[in-house]
Amino acid sequence: MAILAIQILNSLLYASVLFLIAAGLSLIFGVMRIVNLAHGSLYAVGAYVTAWLVGRGIAMGVPLGWLFLLLPVGALSVALIGIVIEPLLLRPFYRRAEEYQLLVTFGLIQILEDMMRLIWGGTPLSADTLMDALPVIRIGGLLYPAYNLVVIGIGVVAAVVLWAGIYHTRFGVMLRATSQDRRMASALGLNVGLIYVSAFGIGCFMAGLGGAIVVPTQAAVLGMGIDALVIAFVVVVIGGLGSLKGALIGALVVSFVRTAGIQFFPELELAVLYLIAALVLLVRPTGLFGTA
Amino acid sequence: MILLKTVNLRKQFGETRACDGLDFVVHKGEFLSLVGSNGAGKTTLVNLISAHLQPDSGQILLEDRDITYMSVADRIKAGIARSFQIVNLFDGLSVFDNVALSIFSREGKAVRMASLAEHDYDVRREALEVLGEFGLSGKAEALAGGLAQGERKLLDVAVAYALRPRLIFLDEPTSGVSTHEKAQIMDTVSSVVRGGRVTAVVIEHDMDVVFRYSDRIVMMHEGAFLADGTPDEIRANKDVASILLGAPLAG
Amino acid sequence: MKADLKTPRNRSVLKLAGAAAPILLVLILIPGLVETYQVQLLTYGLIAAIAALGFNLLLGYTGLLSFGHSAYFGIGAYAVAFVVQYLGPHSMEFYILIGIPTVAITSALLGYICVRHTQIFFGILTLALSQVLYSLALKLYWETGGSDGLRVPRPALLLGLLSFSGPRGFQQFITSYYYYVLAIFVVCVVLMWVVVHSPFGKTLQAIRDNEVRARFLGIRIRRFRWIAFLVSGTFTGLAGILWVPLNGLTTPDVLYWTFSGEIVFTALLGGFRNFTGPIVGGLVFTYLKTYAVASTEYWQLLLGVVLVTLVLVLPTGIVGAISKLGQRLARGKS
Repeated sequence: MAILAIQILNSLLYASVLFLIAAGLSLIFGVMRIVNLAHGSLYAVGAYVTAWLVGRGIAMGVPLGWLFLLLPVGALSVALIGIVIEPLLLRPFYRRAEEYQLLVTFGLIQILEDMMRLIWGGTPLSADTLMDALPVIRIGGLLYPAYNLVVIGIGVVAAVVLWAGIYHTRFGVMLRATSQDRRMASALGLNVGLIYVSAFGIGCFMAGLGGAIVVPTQAAVLGMGIDALVIAFVVVVIGGLGSLKGALIGALVVSFVRTAGIQFFPELELAVLYLIAALVLLVRPTGLFGTA
Repeated sequence: MILLKTVNLRKQFGETRACDGLDFVVHKGEFLSLVGSNGAGKTTLVNLISAHLQPDSGQILLEDRDITYMSVADRIKAGIARSFQIVNLFDGLSVFDNVALSIFSREGKAVRMASLAEHDYDVRREALEVLGEFGLSGKAEALAGGLAQGERKLLDVAVAYALRPRLIFLDEPTSGVSTHEKAQIMDTVSSVVRGGRVTAVVIEHDMDVVFRYSDRIVMMHEGAFLADGTPDEIRANKDVASILLGAPLAG
Repeated sequence: MKADLKTPRNRSVLKLAGAAAPILLVLILIPGLVETYQVQLLTYGLIAAIAALGFNLLLGYTGLLSFGHSAYFGIGAYAVAFVVQYLGPHSMEFYILIGIPTVAITSALLGYICVRHTQIFFGILTLALSQVLYSLALKLYWETGGSDGLRVPRPALLLGLLSFSGPRGFQQFITSYYYYVLAIFVVCVVLMWVVVHSPFGKTLQAIRDNEVRARFLGIRIRRFRWIAFLVSGTFTGLAGILWVPLNGLTTPDVLYWTFSGEIVFTALLGGFRNFTGPIVGGLVFTYLKTYAVASTEYWQLLLGVVLVTLVLVLPTGIVGAISKLGQRLARGKS
């Protein structure tokens, strides 16, 4: 019984992280109609930066409580990268054939992945000090890190904040207006360029946050960005690209299926995940709530 | 003789009833103009018949054959073709190739990969004939994307015509061209289409064109038919004429 | 220039042959003029050109950008390796005989799944599927040799007529293998040229230009994309088959997404809107890679930067730029 509870909690943990990544991707697509292939790599950057910051913080003797503030800092750094990338590399291609967008963001993957290797090398970078800083709780007869519950909590908070932000603020209205009709929004006086860069920045922040909160539980490794990209796509495929609700439900579905899959096919975990992607696209091309 | 018939055809977009229980009839060999204000439902009707859209309810019959849920490919095989209001061509291919492609597709030869397209003499001959009929022979080698608007409109029709349909739908074949060119285009289109014994349904806004070339005019308004008759009958119908021509109602 | 029924454009075939002949002559004479290492490098270049040629049928002519073409290259390579594992070393013809149907079937299967979608989802799906194969090659180490890979010894050519051993064996093999690959390369180029100029090729371009209109011509879009995928994957798979005896070894790296990225890069570098673009791209890239890898450890970074720069500055690639330049010069003269 306790084992089941732990499985469920682990699934929620994974779903939390997935939701952040997928929601970021969906937000960017919903507002700007572009798909950033490098989104997974940005998640990885969030993980690496956060782990690195935590390592530096520990070395400098920063007290543990403050270290937790490094999580949003890690996410912010990714947002900053996004704010630089959008006007420089993506804006020139909005009016051109979609292939060019895909090519540029693919090139970005190569750049980011190798930059991570260049800066941090091939050995995994961990931040488990943060996880160990929180107590371990008892569930049934088993021990479970409280940090994981924090991650789940952050996921929930993020979902609520996003939902509130998009549907109940003026900025959210502007986002939605621009996503539905860019020209009209511009004609009404909205600064589309600013909205785009903001939306992209927020989307990147979320990817970075996903990486930041996950890295205390599992070390940052090279290649995690690509795996994340594919899984994030499975999530948006199920939930539908451009939908917040879809990202949430998709994240939950993928997460629980993955947990079940690992139970029965532990060796082929990677393959199982990728196969899920292929199967889902085969069966449900538009997703449950998609606007694509 | 009735070629195409719709029975109580309905299509709704949210609140808007684009097609509100339409019983549309097209007679074989006629040149029919479909007119009405923007949003009257003309393009929706054509989209439904050409399989661009699925109806909410109702039937479409081609000579007693129910084609309501047939795929696009099957409908083309059954003899329905269409051109598009916003010119829809293969801009990267030559004018010749655009037309040849219709013929390859029609003949089931589009899949052939072991022979050069330009070595199929039958297709070449027919493509050149069609281009000749539409006055585009001189531009055969030019890229479709580089043509003037009037030529593009003609090519759009030629591509549909090359499918040798029994019923062709032309969605505003003269839109976006100068008045002078309009007459030229419609002359060509109507003579080719009639000469080929193809039944035509033309969506048109230019009333001069409509009255000059049509055998029959059908007027739509908010998803329903408002009037249906020969040009003379429509002209005599004062209410309709006023809506169409903007003249004040007599009396 | 009016189209004419009586004189079909054999002109274009002759023009092509005329331009290609001197290049072919150079390619034939090269082994006598340069050292063995260069011949080997050129062979790799021709193989890369074949892979890129296959890839570009999808991108340039059908408008589908695949990020997972490493899958077919890898399947080709591993197919040969498995033949060696289970049936012992054989002649190159045998490898090709087994390998081509293998890659064709794989392309058909994976393609069937992928072409149901377009653009982004197509790209991600191709990526995902190639990653599945990568992880299988890595994890099923008892079959695939895991990260160490599988060895493939020097094959005999021409059904065993030519085999290579002894002190000058390596040199002789390289030279002979070069001609072997060159011959296959020429066949591939001719085949692809015919495909691209066939009714099928024109239809693909139509689908690329205007999917809606193509559908309203009665063309079954999915079927054509699927066939294009099949042909494309088979060409790239053939490149993999030819690659592994030269490399002597196949590892999972050849299935990894970065390798797909290299294939994409070669097409972009040469120019994906021209027939010869991928060929030029494959050759140039092989040389660039050899010298770049030697000078920097951060090869992916360099590749990424150049890729982004290419897309921003030279999207039509080398051949596209040359052809534009040629047009401008021609107009300047007249």
